[in-house]
Amino acid sequence: MGVAGDARARVTGGTRIEAGPSRHVISRNLLPYALIAPAVLVIAGVLGYPLAMLLWLSTQHYGLRELFQHEGQFVGLANFATILGDSEFRHVVLISVVFTVVNVGLSMLIATGIALLLERVSRPVRILLSSGLVLVWATPVVPAINLWQWMFDYEFGVVNWVLTHVGAGNYIHHNWFENPLQGFTVITVIVVWGAIPFLALMLYAGLTQVPRELVEAAEIDGARPWQVFAMVTVPILRPLLLILFSLSTIWDFQVFNQVWILLNQRPSKDYFLISVYSFQESFRVSKFGLGAAAAVVMAAILLLVTFVYVRQTVRLTTEEAV
Amino acid sequence: VRRRTVSRTFYDAVALLVFAVMLFPIYWMISTALKPGKEILSLTPVWFPSHVTFENFRTAMNVPFFWNDVANSLIVVLSVVAISIALAFLAAVSVARFGFRGRTAFIVMIIAVQMVPLNALVIPVYLLLNQVGQVDSLLGVIAYYLAIVLPFMVWTLRGFIANVPVDLEEAAMVDGATRVGAFLRIVFPLVAPGLVATAIYGFIQAWNEYIIAYVLLSSNSKQTLTIWLASFTTQHGTDWGGLMAGATLTALPVVVFFLIVQRHVAGGLTAGAVKG
Repeated sequence: MGVAGDARARVTGGTRIEAGPSRHVISRNLLPYALIAPAVLVIAGVLGYPLAMLLWLSTQHYGLRELFQHEGQFVGLANFATILGDSEFRHVVLISVVFTVVNVGLSMLIATGIALLLERVSRPVRILLSSGLVLVWATPVVPAINLWQWMFDYEFGVVNWVLTHVGAGNYIHHNWFENPLQGFTVITVIVVWGAIPFLALMLYAGLTQVPRELVEAAEIDGARPWQVFAMVTVPILRPLLLILFSLSTIWDFQVFNQVWILLNQRPSKDYFLISVYSFQESFRVSKFGLGAAAAVVMAAILLLVTFVYVRQTVRLTTEEAV
Repeated sequence: VRRRTVSRTFYDAVALLVFAVMLFPIYWMISTALKPGKEILSLTPVWFPSHVTFENFRTAMNVPFFWNDVANSLIVVLSVVAISIALAFLAAVSVARFGFRGRTAFIVMIIAVQMVPLNALVIPVYLLLNQVGQVDSLLGVIAYYLAIVLPFMVWTLRGFIANVPVDLEEAAMVDGATRVGAFLRIVFPLVAPGLVATAIYGFIQAWNEYIIAYVLLSSNSKQTLTIWLASFTTQHGTDWGGLMAGATLTALPVVVFFLIVQRHVAGGLTAGAVKG
């Protein structure tokens, strides 16, 4: 669609807000290097080195004995063979992928709905709703998990009472964590609730950047509202959507705290997401090699998404094409 | 026109409903914290606390190690912020003001490193600190948090510094200021709000962190507040009033600081994708 194409070009042109160091003489001295050196050292030492060690560890047999001797035994790719051959681990990966798709999908969907809503409401309501969203966004994860734990409490939880009284069935003394599907529903509610504010506010900010003329032009040409959305708005917001999708995926695929805290630090096997599995193998069963291998698998799956995010961000913020 | 006002009223109503649903959990946390025990453990929810009491907050503060863990959280967070803001500022100046070989590589690293799954790194970090005897010490946690917050801080600060026109500095230099003098007198004051915002961001991240602290800090006297919250749950059940009071106390500083810097934090994560 020609109109959308034009608009995309305009917005991409417009988003290059910060020029690179075009005006400075390329300095040949060491000052810039000296300035970044401390940060590089810390990042390399505290993140890079453990990252390398994680890879190394995934090739080691490293159990409790090795922990005391501070030395593992090299076993090549045996750890990967073990976990990938384990149907339980494959199930964990599958659950994690499904969990991520559902959570990212729901978060983006609801957030888009709220963003569109914010565009259409009157000013006082918009201010009220967006300040409310900021408040939810500001609530730290751990207290948030605790408060949801209380809301879903089987005996005195307000959710059970409300569901029962709106006629959704008998939820008196209903334990949400007996059935993993219901348990994951609670976890999804917490994750999505926490993710919505950031996504909705970002999307709303993006929507306000969509040129008014384009939407009007499409409307005059007879496009229905959803057509305008799909063919004008979405293409223009593509860079933003891509970034939000990759960030959400990265966040949701690593979900750990929600499961861990909600199930009082003793989740049953039904609740193993990949990060919980990796943690359990390492710190509960002391099979650090296997845990590391699982973590490497998790990072590898995320690598592709990360690549998209990094490329998009670098492209949008620096002049030098990468 | 009339159709317009009708649909606007409809959207307003939906938005108010969304507001109520999103905010209810927070209301419920605070109101539970303010209720006496028998209103909390009531089969029919008590929607508004009829006798507001601070008993739960008193209980929470009297839980063993509360003040200890507040101190730990503060020690960790303040050390992390003080060190990281200095390092991040230097690096951000370099990226925003100089062109040098490897600049793009450094930027790519800064962005990519933020996406490293931290849960994956817990294992090697634990083993490394175990080897040097720094498990269960705040020092290890501080070092690790530094690396977590640093990339994002460099990235946001770079934006703040890049927004100060170079012309201002050059003008000062024409008037006889040295390069460092021009930077300190012209750029630094303009970037100061950005420094505050970035520092607060670091504060929030470090204050909220759970998994590293959970693994590394095993003794009660060395834990941070996010870990301390687990102490309300025992074999006998959970003290919900105390837990909600504790959660409110733990969340409070973060919420306050977050409201101050919210705009800047959002900008950093989706830098460039949204204008302004």
